Amino acid sequence: MKEWGYKISKTRVIDLDTADTTWYSELTKKVPSAKKCIMCGACSATCTASNHTIFSFRECHILFQRGQFENLSDELDKCMLCGKCNLVCPRRVNTRAIISTMRLLLTDMNNRTITL
Amino acid sequence: MSQKKIIIIGGGPAGLEAAYHLARHDYNVTVLEKDTEPGGHIKKDLTLFPDFANAGEIIKVLSGKMAHPNIELKTGCTVNELSKDGDKWFVKSNNNTCYSGDAVLLATGFDTFDATRKEELGYGIYDNIITSVEFENKLKEGKILTTEGNVPQRIAFLNCVGSRDEKTGNKYCSRICCMNGVKLAVSFKELVPTAEAYCFYIDMRMNGQHYEELYRTAQEKYNVTFIRGRISEAAATYNNKIQLKSEDTLAGLPLKITVDMLVLMVGMESSKHTKLLSWQNGIMGEYGFAASLGINSQDNLTKKEGLFLAGTCKRPLSFSETISDAGAAAIQIMEYFKTHI
Repeated sequence: MKEWGYKISKTRVIDLDTADTTWYSELTKKVPSAKKCIMCGACSATCTASNHTIFSFRECHILFQRGQFENLSDELDKCMLCGKCNLVCPRRVNTRAIISTMRLLLTDMNNRTITL
Repeated sequence: MSQKKIIIIGGGPAGLEAAYHLARHDYNVTVLEKDTEPGGHIKKDLTLFPDFANAGEIIKVLSGKMAHPNIELKTGCTVNELSKDGDKWFVKSNNNTCYSGDAVLLATGFDTFDATRKEELGYGIYDNIITSVEFENKLKEGKILTTEGNVPQRIAFLNCVGSRDEKTGNKYCSRICCMNGVKLAVSFKELVPTAEAYCFYIDMRMNGQHYEELYRTAQEKYNVTFIRGRISEAAATYNNKIQLKSEDTLAGLPLKITVDMLVLMVGMESSKHTKLLSWQNGIMGEYGFAASLGINSQDNLTKKEGLFLAGTCKRPLSFSETISDAGAAAIQIMEYFKTHI
């Protein structure tokens, strides 16, 4: 049989009815300053890593917030934890702690999926 | 010196405040208010932003000042005609009463945007889609319930309904809705702490003292979720909830969400009487608001001698700005009478 390559493409829509936002609550419990983020992008603008690779901390943060975890783990690996973003944040968000915590939570999430 | 008489059209915050200043400086003031009670739009409010001051108390204080012997307050009086003959101003009201005075202060205020004009947002078509004015009313009654009588567990506020929208002819920003939306979201979370509140915005315009701080408090303390994106359509689901479509412009992805209630933050438009009376006197400006001589100076004066402006008949203003503007208008009128004896 001829394969035409038809497949159902995955939706790109953020569906807040089904998205799991409990991980973000978990994050804000550990790093309360995350809630103050106004998504201005100063962190991404100053980011050492994003000068060389396609990486935006701001985007990772909002995707995590909206429960969109696909590829996020690989994305976060691009961060070198230099902490420049911490210095420029106008709302004094502990950006570096957010990255570390997101990494831990994503590992947690993967482990949980494996044991299930 | 014969006592000069000033007619103030509109008994809202601007009209009342200006009347009191003029009365205390020995001018004779007549305030004409179309409603049965003075106070204007804030009669419908429970609290004022950003400090959650009790709106009822503020109205009480303002209305109380109308007891001044130099003030005559006429309620239930709709003005249909405003004209000048020689040095005198003449005002004709609905019951064919004619008032005359030496100067007129237009304080005819604003109307809220008619949300049915934004059909895609479903107002007047589906249940559980209400305006910010109706939501404030519910707050005033002390309970927020859906049409089915349930406490909403998920609620969305949409900014810029009828503002920054060329389709409705309103290119301007109404200035107060961002802050008011944050205030309503916080009030709602105070009432129903377990519920989720979402605010959809284009920009958060926190342009006043303590506004930014309250926005931050809404994020930090009340866990209000802010989504940058305008809702493109709202429609009812089979179980009478509201499904919203938007883009999360910060994530760069389309977004959908089902909520129990959608609150439309309706903007400010020039009121019917602002349009009518400023048109009759050739001072109608952009968007039907009354035009002052300049926004940076002479903002209470018009090109017609003896006709003054105060408050939201000129443009959208917050309550506090309106009060300051009314004081400024009163001073301008007093200055005018120094040279027009």
